[in-house]
Amino acid sequence: MNPLTGYLFVAALLFAIGLAGALTRRNAILVLIGIELMLNAANLNLIAFWRYGPHPEALTGMMFAIFSIAVAAAEAAVGLGLVISIHRHAHTTDLDAMNRMKG
Amino acid sequence: MSIVFYVLAALTIAGGLAAVLLKNTVHCALSLTVAFAGLALLYLELDAQFAGWAQILVYIGAVAILVVFAILLTRGSETPKDGVYSKNWLVGLVIAAGVFAVLGWAVLQSSAVLPHETAVPTVTVLQIGNALMGRYVLPLEIVALLLTAALIGAVIVAMHEKESDQ
Repeated sequence: MNPLTGYLFVAALLFAIGLAGALTRRNAILVLIGIELMLNAANLNLIAFWRYGPHPEALTGMMFAIFSIAVAAAEAAVGLGLVISIHRHAHTTDLDAMNRMKG
Repeated sequence: MSIVFYVLAALTIAGGLAAVLLKNTVHCALSLTVAFAGLALLYLELDAQFAGWAQILVYIGAVAILVVFAILLTRGSETPKDGVYSKNWLVGLVIAAGVFAVLGWAVLQSSAVLPHETAVPTVTVLQIGNALMGRYVLPLEIVALLLTAALIGAVIVAMHEKESDQ
């Protein structure tokens, strides 16, 4: 079996798990955790293609993954800040209870 | 496929599943850390040492701690009385299963034409630094700007508002 296939399969499974978490959980923080899992699955794909691709010395996939990690960190910081801000206004992190855009 | 890959893949998938399925939010955050660690080890297995250590530093060192702080600040560790899953959980599960079916089918179908270089790439940190300062200098600057904006934005969004009545 092609080793790249195994990594792509793990990444697909991890992406599906993250998507299921983001779509089924009530807690906003758990939804963010699901989104982080999806981003990480994409990073695993990038690194795997870099490793088994024809030109690893060009560093393309590796650089893409590193920038993606940086963007994901920014996303996590802003997302969790928003959750804390909403909790201060509405006293809940339950997404089913958040049905107003005006505080 | 080596035995190491299967062990690491099982660790990562188990961590991800636990992070999504567990009822206690703090346990979810800890399982997420296990999944991040498994991914970092997979990166090391793929000879991407820099990305692996960056993953450990950024995700286990910063994002996981941030998630735990957010859970404690929002008292999210208390299990809600009407369940941890949303009302439309079945729809979400079907969508996720469909996405996995399509992705898995595509991976298995394209298995024969995927690249499989056997030579281990030898990439030093010097090469990565040169690439970051040369070919990728513009994305690096943009990421620096984005991180600054995110830092300021997160502080402003989460900052305690003064009770101003006038």
